[in-house]
Amino acid sequence: MDILITGILLGATYSLIAMGLTLQYGVARIMNLANGEMLVAGAFGAFWVFTAQQASPFAAALVVVPGAFALNWLIYRYLLRPLVRRAKNRGMLEVDSILATFGMSFVLVGIMLMVFGGGYFTYSYLAEPFEIFGSPFALNRVVACLVAVAISGLLYWGLNGTRTGMALRALAVDPAAAGLVAIDVPRMSAFSFALGGAVTAAGGIVLSTFLTMDASIGVVFTMKALIIVIMGGVGDVRGAIVAALILGLAETAVASLIDPGLTLAAAYLLFILVLLLRPEGLFGRRQS
Amino acid sequence: MTRAEARNLALAAAAFALLAFLPFLKDSGYLLSVSVSIAMYTVLATSWALFSGPTHYISLATAAFYGLGAYVVAAGIGTISYPLLLVLAGIAGAVLALAVGVTTLRLSGVYFVIFTLGLAELIRQVVTWVQNNLTGSRGMYVLTEITERIIYWELLGLAALVYLVGWLVARSRLGFALRIIGNDELVAAHVGINSAAAKLILFVISGVFAAVVGAVMAPRYTYIEPSIAYSPELSFQVVIMALIGGAHRLWGPLVGVIPFALLWELIAARFPTQTVLLLGVAFLLIVYFIPHGVVGRIESALERLRRGTRRG
Amino acid sequence: MYRRTALKLAAAAALAGALPLGFTHAADPIKIGAVAPKTGPLAGGAAITHWPNVQLWVHQVNERGGLRMRDGSRRKVELIEYDDRTNPGETIKAVERLATQDKVDFIVAPYGTGLNLAAAPVFAKYGYPQIACTSVTDKVPELTKRYPSIFFTLGTTTAFANSVAEVLNKLRAEGKIGNRVAMVNVADAFGIELAEAARPIFKTAGLEIVYDRSYPLGTQDLSPIVKGARAANPDAFVAWSYPPDTFAITEQSKIEGLNVKAYYTAVATAFPAYRGKFGKSIEGHLGAGGVNLDTPEMKAYLAAHKKVTGKDADYWASPVTYAGLQVLEQAIEAVGTDRKAVTEYIKKATFKTVMGHWKFVNQSIHEFWTVGQWQNGLFHGVSSTGLPGAKPVIAKPGW
Repeated sequence: MDILITGILLGATYSLIAMGLTLQYGVARIMNLANGEMLVAGAFGAFWVFTAQQASPFAAALVVVPGAFALNWLIYRYLLRPLVRRAKNRGMLEVDSILATFGMSFVLVGIMLMVFGGGYFTYSYLAEPFEIFGSPFALNRVVACLVAVAISGLLYWGLNGTRTGMALRALAVDPAAAGLVAIDVPRMSAFSFALGGAVTAAGGIVLSTFLTMDASIGVVFTMKALIIVIMGGVGDVRGAIVAALILGLAETAVASLIDPGLTLAAAYLLFILVLLLRPEGLFGRRQS
Repeated sequence: MTRAEARNLALAAAAFALLAFLPFLKDSGYLLSVSVSIAMYTVLATSWALFSGPTHYISLATAAFYGLGAYVVAAGIGTISYPLLLVLAGIAGAVLALAVGVTTLRLSGVYFVIFTLGLAELIRQVVTWVQNNLTGSRGMYVLTEITERIIYWELLGLAALVYLVGWLVARSRLGFALRIIGNDELVAAHVGINSAAAKLILFVISGVFAAVVGAVMAPRYTYIEPSIAYSPELSFQVVIMALIGGAHRLWGPLVGVIPFALLWELIAARFPTQTVLLLGVAFLLIVYFIPHGVVGRIESALERLRRGTRRG
Repeated sequence: MYRRTALKLAAAAALAGALPLGFTHAADPIKIGAVAPKTGPLAGGAAITHWPNVQLWVHQVNERGGLRMRDGSRRKVELIEYDDRTNPGETIKAVERLATQDKVDFIVAPYGTGLNLAAAPVFAKYGYPQIACTSVTDKVPELTKRYPSIFFTLGTTTAFANSVAEVLNKLRAEGKIGNRVAMVNVADAFGIELAEAARPIFKTAGLEIVYDRSYPLGTQDLSPIVKGARAANPDAFVAWSYPPDTFAITEQSKIEGLNVKAYYTAVATAFPAYRGKFGKSIEGHLGAGGVNLDTPEMKAYLAAHKKVTGKDADYWASPVTYAGLQVLEQAIEAVGTDRKAVTEYIKKATFKTVMGHWKFVNQSIHEFWTVGQWQNGLFHGVSSTGLPGAKPVIAKPGW
């Protein structure tokens, strides 16, 4: 039971890391290597609000989330659109976006370094025991889990219950065909990229309540997100959430039952096995 | 061998001979340390492109092989002689590449990219776990008499070897088969090419080179830490340098590595407090303004020149 | 009058030319290079321990009017700093650049064990003294034999493990804890080395290791480790941990209610951010390092650090890093900018530093702090290899 709950809490953490990238990669087709930096930027915002303003770190969301949305929209509009336009096929766009966002991640690290300095930032918020079935769990992780559920619920509703969501899903399946049925592909791509950035930054706010970060730690989150997104299947929010939960449960089970030293090894092994058995990911469609 | 080929070969040999004298220049320490990193990236990026150029597979596993090579040296130094360790590192790289290749080369596109990234992390995790729980080693020290100069020569030798291998492959039936695979795998299968075997051979070659480079570099670092030996940044940089140069020509990565390394060096030296920021900016400028790699630029310039002379 | 001045000047010029040390004008600054991470995995630690002290030292020296050279002139310090992005290849390149391009007079040693050892051959090649203040290694004899200008100041892994065993046994002798120890370590260089050193030492000391597990660097949830340790029902908890996991393990222990009377986490326990995050609940926590907070030098240092850099110093490697710079300062003031002479001087002389009197024996400091403890909001040294001023160890109260 302990393992189950701990695993779910960790899985929720992972889904917060990965949901933004699913939108950016699955819909807008941008393999965003600067995704982790956006998460760290959100975390910085929360840290600043908590320490300098003495307010709840979640208050940072009021500024951080719209800010991240705007910033990512601008990034897509002015930096990534030219790449999308000049790419002859999906492979070329993938290469170009890897190169460009790798450069952006450096720029973002450099900016954060200038603004916040290079030290660790960590604070204590809701670091209290919270009893579930008689065992103590960290309240901040439980809150993170609730936020993850809320965000994924909203995304699910948004994607399946609104016209915009339908357009986004169509885009995820086939951008060219989406264009034929009067979907404004560039606008929708920009929207989905910006939304992905906003979700990632929101995840950063939540994660900062229990993870210690510094300006250059973003790459750790990017890698985790990439693996979850690919494992879940590109372009499907459900896939990312399921993959995140599986990873969380597997890591916790290995750590509790076998050896904590092998947690990450087990996670990567699992990822590799999934890819070998189902190369298109858990929820992905087989590409023709 | 045609006359042009013989000439190119002679030119390349002369260039390598000239480069070998670099350590004898006066006050060459700094130049040498820059050259070592250029030589290292040249070998890594060129051997990466041997596989990725024709097959269009983007592998992020360089760090896995590199780290493995470094660990072979760190584990064996003191008991096994160094040249033998280089060979062992190469064998370890080949075995790993073979195992990985057999299972994964049927993945395509982005799945292969992320798979190789996960692989590098998996190997790092397994190796550190083994080090922690089974070998009981007290830190990975590589204390040898090997100087920067020797490392430079070793890398230069490896670079010559990479070019030789690349040139031989391109001339062989294998190279021809690979070009067909790269253009259209279906056609290749129809004309009776065993594309899996061809890709596997190339993947093993590039894995061996990366592992040996890791083994060559290990004495330079003295103290091997997993976060340094298996740095994902290394894998990305290799890919990026090769792509910036142009992966479809044997000399493509070289023209990517040299300007790139010099530019980064210039930024690191001139702007020490904003190094990372400016590296990123420089990087973006390259991506946006040299879209087809340096090779693409050179080739289109040559093309224009040729057309110009024909017209005139 | 005019003529006499001219003569004097000429004589001074002749003297300057003749002297091997190459005296220059007072306005001519001494160039000091510094290479350490500003980005990458070690940047967080360097931003707390390394860079602020370099900044503080340069500020103080220049505010004083510069280094007071043997001839009575004052020479200011000019700092040239590079970011090595936590990449040893970059460290090597940057040290070469400082030595041959910038032609600096001295170089502040890099940050961390790995980066220092990668740069050691280059320091040795050009004869720069390398006062490696942030390296902890058991290979000191071998390394000092290889590199004649390297100096170690922070201690050895064996000594750190020894002291933890001693502290635990002291608490055991006082009847405060039993002999059951739960031990975890981060599976990375320093963590593996410490755990490896501790196993036999704990055994000989009569401590029983009831839980012994490693976890990978970058683990995002350490609760299984803490749960496992708690289930083993230990009297003491020892974690050979790195900064991010030190914070995470402590938070998790608090939540899980891991109540032991001796609680130890390694690197970052001495960071002011540790107190900032956990407040009063860290009373009685043991950690790597520690300092003697009662000396006037230390008090002045801590105040100046806060004033000049705007941040608090950590209670372990910060003052040691500063002391390393003081050694360099005093050696230059004593013998000038000849690097060979400075290195020889460091080997022989005794230095008055913020850490007390320092005398290098076989190029290393043998008296250093090993274990510290949070007591009333301050991190005091409680165990060392022969330093005065250790506070008595207390048992950890509940959270």
